Amino acid sequence: MADEALFLLLHNEMVSGVYKSAEQGEVENGRCITKLENMGFRVGQGLIERFTKDTARFKDELDIMKFICKDFWTTVFKKQIDNLRTNHQGIYVLQDNKFRLLTQMSAGKQYLEHASKYLAFTCGLIRGGLSNLGIKSIVTAEVSSMACKFQVMIQKL
Amino acid sequence: MAVCVAVIAKENYPLYIRSVPTENELKFHYMVHTSLDVVDEKISALGKALVDQRELYLGLLYPTEDHKVYGYVTNSKVKFVMVVDASNTALRDNEIRSMFRKLHNSYTDVMCNPFYNPGDRIQSRAFDSMVTSMMIQVC
Repeated sequence: MADEALFLLLHNEMVSGVYKSAEQGEVENGRCITKLENMGFRVGQGLIERFTKDTARFKDELDIMKFICKDFWTTVFKKQIDNLRTNHQGIYVLQDNKFRLLTQMSAGKQYLEHASKYLAFTCGLIRGGLSNLGIKSIVTAEVSSMACKFQVMIQKL
Repeated sequence: MAVCVAVIAKENYPLYIRSVPTENELKFHYMVHTSLDVVDEKISALGKALVDQRELYLGLLYPTEDHKVYGYVTNSKVKFVMVVDASNTALRDNEIRSMFRKLHNSYTDVMCNPFYNPGDRIQSRAFDSMVTSMMIQVC
């Protein structure tokens, strides 16, 4: 990522573009968020292929999650995940205290409601990366004034 | 110089398979198919002692009387299988590794193409020309 401002601006435009192109009568936000998430999914698949080209094979699931928290997050957002928690039964919570895509927004309460639109792409990114590594998961995100938390639920088949 | 190159998806169906056209292609397809069992055995956690678990290159899978089969697995569980002529003894391990590296690089480029859906057959011309450069030139 040569210049992170470029990606930030593109991402903001992407979100507003998807919402503008939705039909007039379509009040529910669900479909737009799904579109953004699917975009992130495809990008995540390609990105992971490129990043894992030279790394050694992963031992287990925790190894993969650690890779996502350190190398993947550093390459995309120039910082690591601040906190990774797990219940060892397939649920991981990744906490980022200063999420790059949201730092430009002020922390007022009315803005926080709309923050979920801006997190959809990143949720898709994580889901796409994991799916290419062989892990089916559901990724959700929530934001509070302090931090962003991405919750990953691994689906055991 | 390879005689047959195959890219197998993680669900074990071929994404790309190409062999030297003069010989019976079905025989190579069959060889690639049987080598998948050997690949699975090598990447499973049970066979710890045999192969360094952290490496992507799997090495010689099995030799037959005229051919040798080599394998490579990516982190996304996509397998590359290459069949070479056994009479070509000048081919060293390093060369095989570099051929697999080139394959992996081209595969990554195909994956990042937004018009490519993961799971489809690979139809990229750049990929084709890279594989042609690795196969035996048949005049």
